[in-house]
Amino acid sequence: MTVGLSHYLTVAAILFTLGIFGIFLNRKNVIVILMSVELMLLAVNLNLVAFSSFHGDLVGQVFALIVLNVAAAEAAIGLAIVVVTFRNRGTIDVAEIDLLKG
Amino acid sequence: MLSALFFYLFAGICVASAFMVIAVKNPVHAVLFLILAFFNAAGLFVLLGAEFLAMILVVVYVGAVLVLFLFVVMMLDVDFAVLKAGFRKYLPVGATGSVRLLVELIFIVGAWVTAPQAAAQAPSPPASEMSNTAALGQILYTKYVYLFEAAGLILLVAMIGAIVLTLQHKQCVRRQSVTRQVQRTREMAVEVVEVETGRGLS
Repeated sequence: MTVGLSHYLTVAAILFTLGIFGIFLNRKNVIVILMSVELMLLAVNLNLVAFSSFHGDLVGQVFALIVLNVAAAEAAIGLAIVVVTFRNRGTIDVAEIDLLKG
Repeated sequence: MLSALFFYLFAGICVASAFMVIAVKNPVHAVLFLILAFFNAAGLFVLLGAEFLAMILVVVYVGAVLVLFLFVVMMLDVDFAVLKAGFRKYLPVGATGSVRLLVELIFIVGAWVTAPQAAAQAPSPPASEMSNTAALGQILYTKYVYLFEAAGLILLVAMIGAIVLTLQHKQCVRRQSVTRQVQRTREMAVEVVEVETGRGLS
């Protein structure tokens, strides 16, 4: 029972699906939605690193580094927006943030 | 054999704690489970031979980003039970959609075949020759240096954006205004008053 590429890809697929499932389940809570996005980005990183390792190509790890970087920036901005929304509206319920009538 | 054992250990805990992230009621627990998931993903990275990314994941991601999550969750005074209200309503449709997606993804990765000559296209130096960090640095600072600098720019923009969004000037707090201090002249500050004896200032 050797662990191959498809084992890692399956783990990443499960993590990605759990991220999407989390967005479905917690439609109201912005913070849990942000955490689900983090899970999905982790799954993508796992895919990139697995391909990089099994194909012997380091560029995948460079790309995973960039994805981590963008995920960190996204988390910082997203949490700042959550804090500002809470300060102005007193809620972080997604259904109530409808100023733009979208 | 041992690496397979560790793979199943890390993968199992990672998937279980990822499930707990979306299932638990208390968001503080959700963040702590997310931290556990990231630790185990770092373990998977180590198994794959990407030690540098594993350490970055633990130090930067768990140490900074998820702790930031924890701070925000703890500082917002939100009734999280209300936010959990639609949980049961969205469960069936979410479960159907994501199970279908998962089955499709597993079909794709199950039938994955790598071209035999693909590994020889861009070989990374073997681990006995050079450590993962050194090899990564050698391509990151030469071939992908613009990408690296763009990453730094993204972080700078994110930092400025987060500060601009959350900074607020309170009106009741008196602040130092350096320009007004410097522009102040003698005429603006001092007034010489001739006071007549016995009458005082009116």
